[in-house]
Amino acid sequence: MSKANTIPARDTAAHRNFWTILKELDWRRYVIYIGFVVVFLFFAVLLRDQGFMSPQNLLNIFRQTATITVIAVGMTYVISCAEIDLSVGSVAGLSSVCTAMALSQWGLVPGILAGLAVGLVVGSINGALVSLLGIPSFLVTLGMLGIAVGVAQWITASAPQPILNDTFNMIFGSGDFGPVPGLVVWSAIFVAIGAVVLNRTKFGRQVLATGGNRNAAEFTGINTKRIKFQVLLISGMVASVAGMLYAGRLQSGRFQWGSGDELSAIAAVILGGTSLFGGFGSIMGTLFGALLIGLINNGLILAGLDSSQQQVVRGAIIILAVALARKK
Amino acid sequence: MNTADNVVEMRSISKGFNGVSVLKDVSFDVRKGEVHALAGGNGAGKSTLMKILQGVYQADAGEIVIGGKPATINSIQDAKAAGIGMVFQEFSLVPSLTVAQNIFLAAEPLGMGGFIDDRASVRRAKEVFAEMEVDVDPQAEVSRLGTAYWQLTEIAKALSQNAQVLIMDEPTASLARHESEALFELIDRLKQRGISIIYISHRMDEVYRLADRITILRDGARLLTEPLTAVTPEQIVEGIVGKKIEGQLAYRERDHVAHEGAPLLEVRGLNAGPRVRDVSFSLRPGEILGLAGLMGSGRTELARALFGIDRRESGEILIRGEKVNLNSPQQAIDAGVALIPEDRRAQGLVLDHSVRDNLLLPLLGQITRGPFLDSMKGKDLSSSLIKKFAVKVAHPNRPVRLLSGGNQQKVVIAKWLGTDPDILILDEPTAGVDIGTKSEILDMIRELASAGKAVIVISSEYPELLAVSDRVLVLKDGSVIRDIPRSDIADEEYLQLAVQGV
Ligand SMILES: Nc1ncnc2c1ncn2[C@@H]1O[C@H](COP(=O)(O)OP(=O)(O)OP(=O)(O)O)[C@@H](O)[C@H]1O
Ligand SMILES: [Mg+2]
Repeated sequence: MSKANTIPARDTAAHRNFWTILKELDWRRYVIYIGFVVVFLFFAVLLRDQGFMSPQNLLNIFRQTATITVIAVGMTYVISCAEIDLSVGSVAGLSSVCTAMALSQWGLVPGILAGLAVGLVVGSINGALVSLLGIPSFLVTLGMLGIAVGVAQWITASAPQPILNDTFNMIFGSGDFGPVPGLVVWSAIFVAIGAVVLNRTKFGRQVLATGGNRNAAEFTGINTKRIKFQVLLISGMVASVAGMLYAGRLQSGRFQWGSGDELSAIAAVILGGTSLFGGFGSIMGTLFGALLIGLINNGLILAGLDSSQQQVVRGAIIILAVALARKK
Repeated sequence: MNTADNVVEMRSISKGFNGVSVLKDVSFDVRKGEVHALAGGNGAGKSTLMKILQGVYQADAGEIVIGGKPATINSIQDAKAAGIGMVFQEFSLVPSLTVAQNIFLAAEPLGMGGFIDDRASVRRAKEVFAEMEVDVDPQAEVSRLGTAYWQLTEIAKALSQNAQVLIMDEPTASLARHESEALFELIDRLKQRGISIIYISHRMDEVYRLADRITILRDGARLLTEPLTAVTPEQIVEGIVGKKIEGQLAYRERDHVAHEGAPLLEVRGLNAGPRVRDVSFSLRPGEILGLAGLMGSGRTELARALFGIDRRESGEILIRGEKVNLNSPQQAIDAGVALIPEDRRAQGLVLDHSVRDNLLLPLLGQITRGPFLDSMKGKDLSSSLIKKFAVKVAHPNRPVRLLSGGNQQKVVIAKWLGTDPDILILDEPTAGVDIGTKSEILDMIRELASAGKAVIVISSEYPELLAVSDRVLVLKDGSVIRDIPRSDIADEEYLQLAVQGV
């Protein structure tokens, strides 16, 4: 052991010079922020004549990313607990439908409760099957993906359910809070709560420990079954709120809302540096992961690429970013 | 020294990680057909030196000479090609494949049409095992075999690739006594065939039993290389630890056991699974109880049942005279029980998390302010634990995976003692721990007991068990067959016979 290892940590830190700090800096953890800035600057220069930098467009990016951001916050918990939730997109769709139907029948509060109930029920079923019966979450939520969207389509007979309640639409997505779009406020709230709970509470630590080594967590007195149940419940609940945000923004409930969002959310989470194998999670990273995806979508549209080209470029950028961010 | 005999020579090897130097100008050589022991404290750099020879890491400076010719070893494949095989500390087998399939993994004999010829590999595996004079079924699935067989498979794998040098990094850590003895005999036979063995171990008796020469590393530098006949055990211990330690394995009578009042822990007729059958015993404050038994005798299972991991089928557990339900580790922790599990990597630590996070995991309740964790409190608490248990760590934020084996074990112990338990169960607490640290841990156990706690120690090393226990419980097939006060145990032999049920 060298001398440096025997002196207490604090002194060593002070003695380290700039270069060793830079060398030791785990820049892979920050690759998402670097990537975000690079892509942003790239579009800012390339698309300056297409209005990329206009406040209107920038706000638009935020607005369009909001639901993915919200879903991805819940997904961060699931993935850092070494599970996966593929049902979030369909849960959002089902929630939008149930909210719309209950809203037109019974009014505002029952509408909101109906949406939340969807998340509660689906999340609990997912959680119970995974934690009590030990079925892999990949399979449980893959099945649930089909079930939720099927139910949504069935009870609406595939018809969109219009929402005429202005209060609901204003709160969930269509309105603004002063100069700030409501959707932006919603995603800010979810990101803030998500980050604080994951980093600064006992629950958050236990989620990470369970994801990092379930056995060791169990031996440490953590009820890992309960933790697994809880993360899937959270993910379902969060997805149901995202469904209401779709409903409010598009002023209707429809089974297609949210379809495919599970993949965008997973991409955002992984781009943000959360480990696909569990044990590490970063909500801030997830936010920037989602924003990066939104940025790319927006830039490619402004650049005039058609949707097939957009998909190819988007896929390539995601693979590149994950490749850079992966651990050695 | 006649260098022509050297099958492997490592010259002036230096290696650092992130600017922290781990090996300094280390030279090391191995002669044909010798067993060369590599000794040194935890974190001295033994595994790192071997990983360089193995191609896992590359040296920053120095050269490797194999069979008289300079060699570049940049990958495990290079090392294999140069005739260097390794029996990994963490096994590198695929559990779902058979023994033979594992031995010839990526080197499968091909038959007609370029398809894998499984029958040929079974035949050749049989030949290798016959050469080793051990009895292993090549067609058994690895996951169904015990660790001793895993190790034999690893050795067979290396031999089938014509390894001339075998590196064994703490090979007996996961073996029962008779299995270790079988391994030693195998090593003797391999030696006669001219195969050289580099043997890393913290157990002095093994080094004396096997080795021809010994190299001691201290703090990443070579202290000495000598024939074993030229050094005394005291010199070796002092070389490893850096100071004299005396009587570490001598039993010291302590008069702290409280004989009045209720026992701290009482177990009555406990049944839990096939390996805990009708177990009864009691434990007083201040007492250290040793659990002895062969592998599979139910020692670990008893510990698990007491910690609420395995379900109790019948029987009672009383703490301070009151019946308790220990149905989950959380309930056990709340009742003041702590278990330091036998497998630190799988059960004790979240390897990728920092030393600090690992230490704080059972203590999260102590560092909250309102609903939130207080990171300053956490830092202070973890620093004080690191200091108290003298954990050698570059920075508490570094992943615990990067610590040497012995320091990882210290983290596990520190993590649990932070909860201030009344009843402490330690399952093989000194596995992989160096001699200096071992005597520190044994002292710690004695101190805790003297402070009025009750301690249960499980160990396969009899000298260690006899050094701390005030009483020894002998288990066989899940039942208690003897309950012997320390004063009745004359020596190791006596205990060994008791364990065998003679
Ligand atoms: N990949 C790595 N990155 C950073 N530090 C490392 C790495 N591998 C080992 N170290 C450090 O190098 C030192 C030597 O470790 P090594 O594992 O070689 O010790 P050892 O002699 O085998 O100890 P033990 O007897 O406990 O197994 C330790 O301080 C360890 O923390
Ligand atoms: Mg080692």
